[in-house]
Amino acid sequence: MESVLITKNLGISFGGLKAVSNFDIDLTEGELVGLIGPNGAGKTTIFNLLTGVYQPTEGTITLQGKNVHRKRPDQLVKMGIARTFQNIRLFKHLSVLDNVTIACNFQMRYSLLGGMFRLPGYWREELAVKEKAMSILSVFGLEMYADTLADNLPYGKQRKLEIARALATDPKVLLLDEPAAGMNPTETNELMNTISLVRKQFGITILLIEHDMSLVLGICERIIVLDYGQIIASGLPGEIVNDPKVIAAYLGT
Amino acid sequence: MQNIPARTLDDLLVLEDKRMVDFIQQLINGLQIGSIYALVALGYTMVYGIVKLINFAHGDVIMIGSYVAITTIPLLAAFGAPSWLCIIASVLFCAFLGFMIEAVAYRPLRNAPRLCSIITAIGMSLFLENLAMLVFSPNPRPVPRIFSTKPIMVGGIQFTFNTLLTIIVSVSLMVAIQFFVKNSKTGRAMRAVSEDFGAAKLMGINVNRTISLTFAIGSGLAAFGSVFYSSTYPLVEPMMGSMLGLKAFIAAVLGGIGIIPGAIIGGLIMGVAESLTKAYINSQLADAVVFGILIVVLLVKPSGILGKNTKEKV
Amino acid sequence: MTKKTLKSYAVNLIAVMLLYGTMVYLSESGVLSRYYSGILVLVCINIMLAVSLNLTTGCLGQIALGHAGFMSIGAYTAALFTKWLDLSGAAGYLGYFGGLILGGLLAAVFGFIIGLPALRLKGDYLAIITLGFGEIIRAIIENMQFTGGAQGLRSIEQFSTLPVASGICIISVGLLTALMRSRHGRAILSIREDDIASEAAGINNTYYRTMAFTIAAFFAGVAGGVYAHYIGILGAKNFNFSKSVEIIIIVVLGGLGSFTGSIVAAILLTILPELLRDFENYRMLVYSIALILIMIFKPSGIFGRYEFSLTRAITYWVDVFKGKRKPFAALRSRNNKETED
Repeated sequence: MESVLITKNLGISFGGLKAVSNFDIDLTEGELVGLIGPNGAGKTTIFNLLTGVYQPTEGTITLQGKNVHRKRPDQLVKMGIARTFQNIRLFKHLSVLDNVTIACNFQMRYSLLGGMFRLPGYWREELAVKEKAMSILSVFGLEMYADTLADNLPYGKQRKLEIARALATDPKVLLLDEPAAGMNPTETNELMNTISLVRKQFGITILLIEHDMSLVLGICERIIVLDYGQIIASGLPGEIVNDPKVIAAYLGT
Repeated sequence: MQNIPARTLDDLLVLEDKRMVDFIQQLINGLQIGSIYALVALGYTMVYGIVKLINFAHGDVIMIGSYVAITTIPLLAAFGAPSWLCIIASVLFCAFLGFMIEAVAYRPLRNAPRLCSIITAIGMSLFLENLAMLVFSPNPRPVPRIFSTKPIMVGGIQFTFNTLLTIIVSVSLMVAIQFFVKNSKTGRAMRAVSEDFGAAKLMGINVNRTISLTFAIGSGLAAFGSVFYSSTYPLVEPMMGSMLGLKAFIAAVLGGIGIIPGAIIGGLIMGVAESLTKAYINSQLADAVVFGILIVVLLVKPSGILGKNTKEKV
Repeated sequence: MTKKTLKSYAVNLIAVMLLYGTMVYLSESGVLSRYYSGILVLVCINIMLAVSLNLTTGCLGQIALGHAGFMSIGAYTAALFTKWLDLSGAAGYLGYFGGLILGGLLAAVFGFIIGLPALRLKGDYLAIITLGFGEIIRAIIENMQFTGGAQGLRSIEQFSTLPVASGICIISVGLLTALMRSRHGRAILSIREDDIASEAAGINNTYYRTMAFTIAAFFAGVAGGVYAHYIGILGAKNFNFSKSVEIIIIVVLGGLGSFTGSIVAAILLTILPELLRDFENYRMLVYSIALILIMIFKPSGIFGRYEFSLTRAITYWVDVFKGKRKPFAALRSRNNKETED
């Protein structure tokens, strides 16, 4: 199995504070990996490092064999890594459909003038993208909301829309930041099924931050535990649950 | 060499001296106008520090301050009181005006998107300018003598009492403000509010009162600036505040907006730069130099000389 | 192209032709005096200015205070070009159109040069730096000899008649609307909505910010060219900060992000001052108060983000007529939040 995402000694310091250090992971194709840890451990910071929002102060990131040194977030998206956000960041005043088609923008080719003068390329590509967006939305059961304003969707569906938008970029690696936050057990179950389906159907590698243990233990193949910006444990769900270091980190010694 | 008549050698020495003296003179002028910029810049920087708003109307408050001064002076004269008491009237009125502007126009928009606040500030500035044009007429009005312009000699350089007073009072005020913000309870409250509204409220700080006070102090300082400005450039007209305000704003940005010592440094640098440009290059170019400084600062280090970069949390 | 879209385009095309036809008739037949024709030309120019500024301020969400600067670049370029060509009649008009495009392009170049560094800054800083650039442009033009210096440019051939100006206006608004309904427009909107999420969706923010700014500058330049050939005389004073503010007022009043709003507000704010000529002294005072009140009570302006769609309006009323729908139902239950299933 190929490695799609490798980090070596990844770290970042803000002023004197080492937020993340010695972060080494190796994700292989199609894996579903969980990233857990107490609040403030640095999980979202790692996502920000992996997606180019922060530039690391040490270490390297290799995506599908290519070094991603100093790349902008939108460049990384084009290289195949997509993410969702801890606090939902949808395009609130745009339609559900637009939220998804925007993510397909870099896959379209028609020029500025082509768009303004409605040349054939416009019609062709807009139709294709609309179809693609609708098919992604139907995976999540959102196709009937296509023309609804994203802000008017209920919370659970907004979270799903964020994932749909990330998928529209055809990523190889998908980073989900607390996708089940604020969901009840029924919704969480539904989400678990959706994530499994997505992995199978789209064949992507998923790295998941979550606090909801039922979700993590339910679908993750392996788990990485973070505390104070460093990996304190890594392995199968069964091992992690019984690891004294992990228990200490969550409960305090 | 020995046969040069003494007179010519003396002349040479005098010329050198004179150039030096001229330069120092220009420097002093620069410091004078710079202190005024600094006083005004303090208002911008304190307000921006606490509510993250560029108070476009601040420059126009200065203009109002000057009009108040020239309205008060004849009244004072009628009572036999000295002209410089007009400062008190100006400061009080402007402090009150600053307080009112915040309460009426800016407070309702505290939680609105930035765009709305900027547009409101522009609106307020326009309102003050047009109101002044209607009430006072757009024609420039002369300012009666406030301070004496008797020349004073200090070490071969000529000052006017005016200049000396401007610099000394301004610097004293700036030092006082810095001390106030650093050490007093209210000053600490201001710093707390500028860090985090919510947390300050939870700590028992009356956020509204603190903000109102900030606006009032900022406007009061500007009033000092306006009186000193009018005593140096004795013509008042409704649009005078906009250019002065803009330059003072640039000074605040130069020094680091939101940082009080920055406003002081920025103001002095701006004043000296403008004075030297006017004297040694071209007076037309002085304005261009001023805008040029702004653009360079914003492109190179937007947080200013004393500023630090803060990142947004994602 | 689906049948629905085809119908929609046909409807809009017919409406536009009717509108244009009306403009031509009104001016050629002499129903409108020169005075009123002139006001309508100014309306067209202000519409172009407002809609182009709306692209930057409403759609991209970045306040820009130097729009009049781009207008002046376009105005002077077009005027100097036609004066140099010194043609009249049909050939003159060709030169005129050439001048407009040239003016727009030069304004766009400046938009690009200014936008690229400036748009890295956010909110307040961008406002100030665009203000600064606007003033610098004005100062430069005022001091250059070949633009006529402080006295200005005179005897510009008045090519901008109502049919011409309204035609250019319609085309400009059409192109900008088409832009906003294309992938580029969506990208620009996404930056306004959430720039971090926009980057996470693969949108190169710097590229699209600069694009929006440059295109806005282009159309402001074209509007400037039309203005120059309407008024016949140019002076740098016409394009100062006041003018930039007037355009902002139109955009804010109409609704940031709504082209419909900009059009309506432009019409209102061009005609109203003319009707109330006697109150000229109070105009800016009233504007400034209005600006503050709008921001406090209805910051989204008259139309908010709403866009008028002729097709949608027609379909709606046809449905009502057929009994399929109750009129004004939407007004009775605002902002339907979808409930959980």
